[in-house]
Amino acid sequence: MFPNQFAYHRPSTLEEAVGLLAADPDAKVLAGGHSLLPAMKLRLAAPGALVDLASIEGLRGISADGAVTIGAMTTYNQLVDSDELRARLPVVAEVAAGVGDPQVRSLGTLGGSLAHNDPAADFTALMLALGADVTAVGSQGERTIPADEFFLDILTTALGPDEILTAVRIPVPAGRVGMAYQKHEHPASGYAVVGIAAVLALGDDGTCRSARVAVTGCAPTATRAAAAEAALVGQALTPETIAAAAQAAPGGLEITGDLYASAEYRSHLVTVVGRRVLEQAAARARG
Amino acid sequence: MSATLDAAAPVKLVGQPLKRREDPRLITGAGAFLDDVRLPGLCHLGVVRSPYGHARILGIDTTRAAAMPGVLGVFTGDDFLDLNPLPCAWQAGKVQNNVNTPRVLAVGEVHHVGDPVAVVVAETPSQAVDAAEAIDVEYEELPVVVDARRATEPGAPQLHENAPNNVVLRWSCGKEAAEVDAALAAAEVRIDQPIVNQRLLPTPMDTRGSIGRYDPGTGEYTLWATSQAPHVMRLLIAAFVMGVPEQNIRVIAPDVGGGFGQKIFLYFDMPLVLALSKKLGGRPVKFYEDRSENYLSATHGRDHLTDVAIGATRDGQITALKVDTHANLGGYLSTIAPGIPTTLYARMIAGCYKIPNIRVDVTGVYTNTAMVDAYRGAGRPEAAFVIERVCDLVADATGLDPAEVRRRNFIQPSDFPYDTGIGMLPYDSGNYEPTLDRALELVGYDDLKAEQAARRARGDRKLLGIGLSSYVEVCGVAPSKWIGLPGEGWGAGLWESANVKVHLTGKVVVTTGTLPHGQGHETTFAQLVADELGVPYDDIQVRHSDTLGTPFGFGSYGSRSLSVGGTAIYKSVAKVREKAKRLAAHMLEAAPEDIVWEDGKAHVRGAPASLKTLGEIALQASVAYDLPEGMEPYLDETTYYDPPNCTFPFGTHVCVVEIDRETGAVEPVRYVAVDDVGNVVNPLIVDGQIHGGIAQGLAQALYEAAVYSDDGELVTGTLNDYAIPKASMVPTYELDRTVTPSPTNPMGVKGAGEAGTIASTPAVANAVIDAVSHLGVRHLDMPLTPERVWRAMRDAERSDPGVAAAAD
Ligand SMILES: Cc1cc2nc3c(=O)[nH]c(=O)nc-3n(C[C@H](O)[C@H](O)[C@H](O)COP(=O)(O)OP(=O)(O)OC[C@H]3O[C@@H](n4cnc5c(N)ncnc54)[C@H](O)[C@@H]3O)c2cc1C
Repeated sequence: MFPNQFAYHRPSTLEEAVGLLAADPDAKVLAGGHSLLPAMKLRLAAPGALVDLASIEGLRGISADGAVTIGAMTTYNQLVDSDELRARLPVVAEVAAGVGDPQVRSLGTLGGSLAHNDPAADFTALMLALGADVTAVGSQGERTIPADEFFLDILTTALGPDEILTAVRIPVPAGRVGMAYQKHEHPASGYAVVGIAAVLALGDDGTCRSARVAVTGCAPTATRAAAAEAALVGQALTPETIAAAAQAAPGGLEITGDLYASAEYRSHLVTVVGRRVLEQAAARARG
Repeated sequence: MSATLDAAAPVKLVGQPLKRREDPRLITGAGAFLDDVRLPGLCHLGVVRSPYGHARILGIDTTRAAAMPGVLGVFTGDDFLDLNPLPCAWQAGKVQNNVNTPRVLAVGEVHHVGDPVAVVVAETPSQAVDAAEAIDVEYEELPVVVDARRATEPGAPQLHENAPNNVVLRWSCGKEAAEVDAALAAAEVRIDQPIVNQRLLPTPMDTRGSIGRYDPGTGEYTLWATSQAPHVMRLLIAAFVMGVPEQNIRVIAPDVGGGFGQKIFLYFDMPLVLALSKKLGGRPVKFYEDRSENYLSATHGRDHLTDVAIGATRDGQITALKVDTHANLGGYLSTIAPGIPTTLYARMIAGCYKIPNIRVDVTGVYTNTAMVDAYRGAGRPEAAFVIERVCDLVADATGLDPAEVRRRNFIQPSDFPYDTGIGMLPYDSGNYEPTLDRALELVGYDDLKAEQAARRARGDRKLLGIGLSSYVEVCGVAPSKWIGLPGEGWGAGLWESANVKVHLTGKVVVTTGTLPHGQGHETTFAQLVADELGVPYDDIQVRHSDTLGTPFGFGSYGSRSLSVGGTAIYKSVAKVREKAKRLAAHMLEAAPEDIVWEDGKAHVRGAPASLKTLGEIALQASVAYDLPEGMEPYLDETTYYDPPNCTFPFGTHVCVVEIDRETGAVEPVRYVAVDDVGNVVNPLIVDGQIHGGIAQGLAQALYEAAVYSDDGELVTGTLNDYAIPKASMVPTYELDRTVTPSPTNPMGVKGAGEAGTIASTPAVANAVIDAVSHLGVRHLDMPLTPERVWRAMRDAERSDPGVAAAAD
């Protein structure tokens, strides 16, 4: 209910923010606060200082050239309302609309979700499936980290202690591409018990040219479902090939159970949600 | 309805769906809940709670905490040995010899995770919490038991010396076991079924709390508490815990954001904040739970393990019912805990049915869990769940339709008042079949059954299930001579009182011992008084919730406010009216028997122009210089009303679910409820009560379960784990009513606060089981999570791959 005492900083530049983080190993970035503050109130997290990114210019917003770039501090609601996204990456807006509740969507940020890396977050899986790149700025300067190398373990990412996630860059694939995300929600938290994102591209002959499938909610961190992807590439996307890929999806995933859903049931859900989301992505790819 | 309510008048308010007059205040944030109470010098409590399910306290080191910023004092159980343990008021089932109730702070041993051990008082809430974390308690861990059946087995960990095998009570009702066994043995159809009614967390949005202030000048205490029963709290604190004169304590319940039973009871913090304020020289001390504290140490509900044996004829007549229930009551006894699984559960087990041979055995058990006490429905939901599962099991075994089984066993209208023979008072009035007929008609039962069969035949991905629940429950529990009887009841009455006063300006003030925590008493009671007295609705004020200024009342729970508290108001109004008529006769120089009361005016029979308004009469009564010989001034009347019987609302609910055959996910898609709560004062409020009740009961069937690990940890300790229902998780409700007035009270009302919860859980569970019954599934325990349903379908198909086809 009441967090421990902490200092509060609200820098107006990125350099200042990085400096504060570098100077105080006990400091933490504050974005929308919808993961960090509940953890602090339950006293599961007790940072000595918060560095609030809210006043730093340029961290919020969506722009597009060949790819779509989304600022780290862009809120879920901004993703939902973006015409740019609706035109080019509607799946991002769709997923944002399904996160939490109105309060969470009006404050929670894309950057916060990725940096937090909750094992059941929606956007971690989506970014893996979209093949996004994460931009980070720290005392060593700026670097780009592919999503595949970003999510390391439960609540752990490739970000260094003084690094700030500034933006996410998502390629907009050309040609016949279908993207979809579906989740089976926990009735209490609304988080994914199993969530699966799929991006399927069709070749000229109608077979699957590339497949990126990522699963959240059942392992310490969101993970690509490599076995499902391998089962799809080069195949015509028929109900049978899709069902076979979905059946293969749990293979290689580190699926864990909890009070609500056992590992066995989650594994089963991966095959069911997997088939449904692959069907949806395939249908979208076919146009 | 009574003659007076039916009397011709231009506009009758009773029966009208008036919007609640309290809502503008509450929904614009202008309410004043406990956490809004601001007092000068207010300081705050931080509580140290046991991290263990069962442990001996070896030592408590408060030195670090005492030195922390803002700390005004640190206290342990040893500081309050002068306060008695909290009383267990309802000692049903002869529990006198093994009562164990909490002290304000644990002394020697702790018995569940969250048991309060020490407190800090500090200037701010966060300082109090910080300092509480700095208190070092040394424990010796003791073995833990959380399961009620396991707790009574040989070798189980023992909680209290005076309760061997952790047994609080062994209690039974109905016929001798041998007689019921014989009936079971002779039955054409015999079914045995274990049934679990899982533990629930009541989850009022406004958690529990209290503020205590001692006045060193007068020696008087004031307690603000999130309470459903302020007068009873005052009595228990004064007479049983603190030993101070009752008149020296004033209890105020501010706006209370939901209770569901959890706020009926006396808790450690209530006497504690009073005692602490005294120790601190009169500074007010506040305790307000966060959600985790509410889950760990406020009361829980349900938690029954039951074995049922059913005997029936091949044509669906239930001939024998034997029920054996272990009721988990937690680490200590809460205020009325023993009364729930005995009087309010076992004695209601017959439901709406004529069953010649019934026997219920109840074992109340201590375990290393939070206390269990009344939660919305209190015993009746558990009873309804058993008997409504029984009906479906009989249907399944006989091949009859579940609706037909109910029909064949219903108590008939001509049977009332009906005695079930198991120690409940006679059911007051009822006509059960019309509620079933209407519910089936509304839902389109035959079409749904056909649709279900078609989907099964086609092998659709969505299975359809239709579940019925015909229920009867008991509200307005009374009379005192029954419920007060030691051994059965709680050694005190359950009457209510009310005062009705007409100020000299003609404005009416009603004070009542009942109080709302979401039910809209201010609206309902004002409607009632407006009609009975003939004064404008807006001229009536309803006051409540403060022991200073309201007559004694037992509070609001058990759907009793209208049938008991409302009747006390009704009778006070009648007394005011009678006195007004006598005074009017004097003013009009007529004989009292010639005065007619109509629409707030008294006139001489046959001469309607010769009249006095209530305002004129009230003025005359107040100024008092011209009163009839012997008449006291003022229109001000009080009634203490003790009903002759309880009331017994009833109805039929039907739930329709769809089940995803692949995931087991259940979606409730239709919900029809036909309730009979007697006469209805405000249909909008009654519908609201039914709506909320259905949501809560449906959530037990599908979502909610409080789970303890074997070592006594509450695994579902936050709203992230414990799934209360959200609007998106429940269907649109289709409601209807029949009206069978209660003969128990002059208004013919019954009670509507718990009906929805009682009826809905079995309706939903029966629907889910019905959906998968063609696979051979007979029963499933709640909550019916996707995994549980998926497993049931998978296991049924594995054990008999042909069963799906054969069942159709
Ligand atoms: C009721 C509720 C329901 C929710 N439901 C869902 C759901 O269905 N699906 C879902 O995916 N999520 C859900 N969430 C989580 C929500 O999406 C969070 O908003 C999100 O996970 C974190 O974003 P934030 O901006 O609030 O980050 P914060 O809480 O401010 O920060 C989270 C963590 O990330 C770090 N951080 C934040 N931004 C940066 C940055 N730019 N650079 C470096 N580090 C950073 C912080 O230091 C902190 O450790 C829910 C949350 C709540 C409270």
